Amino acid sequence: MADVSMAAAMTGPRGAKPKKRLTGRNIMLYGTLLVVCLYYLLPLWVMVMTSLKGMPEVRMGNIFSPPVEITFQPWVKAWAEACTGLNCDGLSRGFWNSVVITVPSVILSIAIASVNGYALINWKFKGSDVFFTILIFGSFIPYQIMLYPIVILLREAGLYGSLWGLVLVHSVFGMPILTLLFRNYFSSIPEELFKAARVDGAGFWGIYFRIMLPMSLPIFVVALILQVTGIWNDFLFGVVYTKPDLYPMTVQLNNIVNSVQGVKEYNVNMAATLLTGLVPLVVYFVSGKLFVRGIAAGAVKG
Amino acid sequence: MGNSIEVRDLTLSFGSVSVLKNMNLNVEEGEFVVLLGPSGCGKSTLLNCLAGLLDITDGQIWIKEKNVTWSEPSERGIGMVFQSYALYPQMTVRGNLSFGLKNARVPQAEIDKRIARAAEILQIQPLLDRKPAALSGGQRQRVAIGRALVRDVDVFLFDEPLSNLDAKLRSELRVEIKRLHNALGNTMVYVTHDQIEALTLADRIAVMKGGVIQQLAEPLEIYNRPSNLFVAGFIGSPSMNFLKGRTVDGGRAFQFGSTKIDLAGYEGGAVLERDDAILGVRPEHITVSTTPLAGPSMPAEVEIDEHLGADSLLWLKAEGVNMSVRVPVEGRLPPGTKVHLGLDIPKASLFDAKTEQRI
Repeated sequence: MADVSMAAAMTGPRGAKPKKRLTGRNIMLYGTLLVVCLYYLLPLWVMVMTSLKGMPEVRMGNIFSPPVEITFQPWVKAWAEACTGLNCDGLSRGFWNSVVITVPSVILSIAIASVNGYALINWKFKGSDVFFTILIFGSFIPYQIMLYPIVILLREAGLYGSLWGLVLVHSVFGMPILTLLFRNYFSSIPEELFKAARVDGAGFWGIYFRIMLPMSLPIFVVALILQVTGIWNDFLFGVVYTKPDLYPMTVQLNNIVNSVQGVKEYNVNMAATLLTGLVPLVVYFVSGKLFVRGIAAGAVKG
Repeated sequence: MGNSIEVRDLTLSFGSVSVLKNMNLNVEEGEFVVLLGPSGCGKSTLLNCLAGLLDITDGQIWIKEKNVTWSEPSERGIGMVFQSYALYPQMTVRGNLSFGLKNARVPQAEIDKRIARAAEILQIQPLLDRKPAALSGGQRQRVAIGRALVRDVDVFLFDEPLSNLDAKLRSELRVEIKRLHNALGNTMVYVTHDQIEALTLADRIAVMKGGVIQQLAEPLEIYNRPSNLFVAGFIGSPSMNFLKGRTVDGGRAFQFGSTKIDLAGYEGGAVLERDDAILGVRPEHITVSTTPLAGPSMPAEVEIDEHLGADSLLWLKAEGVNMSVRVPVEGRLPPGTKVHLGLDIPKASLFDAKTEQRI
């Protein structure tokens, strides 16, 4: 009797509920995603395709069609031959200028901001909160207001038009947001760790380098992404505070694209733009992976 | 033996809020003192002051006959164990143990010797090359104790070291800490809000409230003769029964509602006649009987009967006041039973209701 009722009970729905794939909700969801995807990818498609065409083909107009004859000549020209003013060495000069500007700016700003954040959380001093508030307030002031005063400051300091002047400006302007970033991250590290290290006789730098730094790889990667992309993409400071020899890649790109003489070489312009955007893209891909790994390592637990 | 720790007139304020008020505390060499109190009473703050992790506002701290008021934490000759273990996650257990010693530039041979000794005492030899993330809670706390141990110091400070562990591990490690204290003979100051830990571990307990030490005495003294209402109510579970009434007959009896309780045998000061008095009796110092008792007793009615395993708790109502009584399992009574309560007056406490101090 018991067996019979059991069998009867098992004839109905059983186990995991089957999922329907083609529901109205799913069609809406994936449909929208597809449209948005196309919307964002289309310009990239046009750029890549155009950069691989020769000028005669570009003139034919079909901007969406793939090249009939693939040529890398526009890329070579954009990198090494395009003229800006008297120089005809393309983007390469701007690329190396950007590298020379970005590397010290990123290192300097992250180094200072991380120590700032650490001191503001763990070594509170009289007025440290006021100091922090003022620093954060700095991030709300539009850059344009400070543009000219900084020209004067740099001139008086003898740094105007030099590489180090620009590095200094980038470091200063990165300070508010980076300090906030590091301060918040360090505040999530248990205070008892800091106390234990003090009882163990470690000082300001000892705790920073041996306790805090090894635990903070993820936030350093975040700061790295922020700074590299921010400084690499900067145009305003680069054009205002340096001279033509030192123009970063973005300014160089502008000068190539906007040069008024001769024919508009759309294919070269596209290639140049893609080249300039390549560095932030690579940083996203490479450090994005590192970033995830840093979090997954879960070193902060315990 | 001399004093290992002396706190003299210590005051700590943050702005206008004073956290510790004019505190004095002497801890003898080799003594185990527990700071006990509810959260926010200043017990952890006091410990942080002793460790030098907080700058005090006024007063002095002496450790081993040395004024360490302005000394760095590492110069005070203390080791500290934290509630969250506070192990350095990126270092192995060995790295955790040696970090302080390396900072103090202790020679490597000496470091190895001390780690070996600490690992043996705490039985963590197999764990030395693991990272803290690969340890269980109990193992982590052992390593944290080891970190204090290798420093070879006279004074150990414990900041609620067992609060993060589950009940079983907690009692195991509690015994282990006691064993460690017996073996090493160090001075230990231990902060907790768990009265069982305090009563079992301490040579003396300092019960704190509002930044003031309410009573500093041996555990049994605190339990049997609490110096004020707060201490009486804080120690003991379930807490002491408080009967509000007045003393009559020149202080020889206590009038509670319509019941007059003879105070013969009360150990305390001159009782005198007081209009506002509180008689405190612990649940285990009351006997329950279904027949009238000789000696001080009062009628009551059983409301709830809780079975705890080893014994049971009766919740009763006497003169309109809720009371709890601890009785053997055989003594269980159904709700509604009319009983007589016999009070063990020599073990009771009498308080002045206004000053809240013991009489």
